[in-house]
Amino acid sequence: MSTALNPDEHLDGSGNRIGPALRTEALEQLLTERGLVDPNVMDKFIATYETAVGPLNGAKVVAKAWTDPEYKARLLAEGTAAIKELGFAGPQGEHIVVVENTDSVHNVVVCTLCSCYPWPVLGLPPAWYKDPAYRARVVREPRKVLSEMGCEVGDDVEIIVRDSSAEVRWLVLPQQPAGTEGLSEEELIPLITRDALVGVAHISAP
Amino acid sequence: MDSVADIGGATGWGQVSPPPPQDQDPPFHDAWEGRAFALTLLAMGRVSGQNLDAFRYALSRLDSKSYFDDGYYGRWLNASELMLVESGIIAPGAVDARARKNAGESVEEPGEPEPSKPDYSATAAGSLRQVEEAPRFAVGDTVTTLTDVESDANKLPLYVRGRTGVVEAVQPAHVFPETHARFLGEKAQHVYSVRFTSTELYGADAEKFDLTIEIFDDYLQEKA
Repeated sequence: MSTALNPDEHLDGSGNRIGPALRTEALEQLLTERGLVDPNVMDKFIATYETAVGPLNGAKVVAKAWTDPEYKARLLAEGTAAIKELGFAGPQGEHIVVVENTDSVHNVVVCTLCSCYPWPVLGLPPAWYKDPAYRARVVREPRKVLSEMGCEVGDDVEIIVRDSSAEVRWLVLPQQPAGTEGLSEEELIPLITRDALVGVAHISAP
Repeated sequence: MDSVADIGGATGWGQVSPPPPQDQDPPFHDAWEGRAFALTLLAMGRVSGQNLDAFRYALSRLDSKSYFDDGYYGRWLNASELMLVESGIIAPGAVDARARKNAGESVEEPGEPEPSKPDYSATAAGSLRQVEEAPRFAVGDTVTTLTDVESDANKLPLYVRGRTGVVEAVQPAHVFPETHARFLGEKAQHVYSVRFTSTELYGADAEKFDLTIEIFDDYLQEKA
């Protein structure tokens, strides 16, 4: 079964490697011609993750948790169910665990073996999350990696790295910035960034 | 996992740059990335339902160039091609031949192969399953991971092998990727989030932090 593709494959007549754009087009043609794939269905998948399913969903979850203590308690106890209350569920969201960042604990999420990520609340992973350097290093020197990414974590704050090696997906509930306590959910949502929900950024007051 | 994909804790990688602003970082940076993404989702269904573990196993069997050099969605494309070739849905070399033809080369394309799609389907949607027997370990138990695993489809990263930690949570039972990925059965089992100290993982000089990772029951040694 372990028949890896030959690394010398994917060469054109001049011996240059054929880029993935050209090979993607070729594979789509081969499958479409035989009726195995419908390009319209492909368009729908792409549009879904370009527009409908993205980090705005996660921002709504966090804004609600910040303004509704009972919701926050449910979110931390049963993440998947509490997220579904807002209508967010689907692939890569079978079991979502939410962990809270506080004055004393900073959680940061990774998937070292691939790039598993909670799609229903954050959409598809950003480039940095898929970067082999992030995957390799954040489980070895997280404080240093976070600092390189512009996220300073105090020496008195304990870091917990969450490596998503199975089907559990992790979402970070970031700290609400001081001075935003009186804001409504609608006012809070635009402040909440994707990177903070993975644990590589803090959220600033406006 | 012991493969091209198993890079957790590996040294030699460069710096991680600050992320760009969210509105300048769309999910797909080129149109082909979206096409490769959607093709992969559909191709997986063609091979054997939505067997994500088979897809991840295919990713882990790519050569280093096909894994790293073509980028994230290039890697998806390459794993899709591997699964489609192994299932006899497309012929070896068919994608390259078509791409070269499209680029104006005179190339003969291989014919359709004999289908050899695995005779396999999952017992239910998704990866979570009910397991009747009680979990072997409870929250707070000290556990040690195996030092060696045989299957190349395993999901026990090198950096946590033979390490001792504490069960932080008992997660819902999952299908076992090692067998499911190779169409050998689901072997559903308990999964634990196990918490390790950085010094247990890397030694006394390590940066101080804790780490949790999901460990399948099969990868934990018997109780001491």
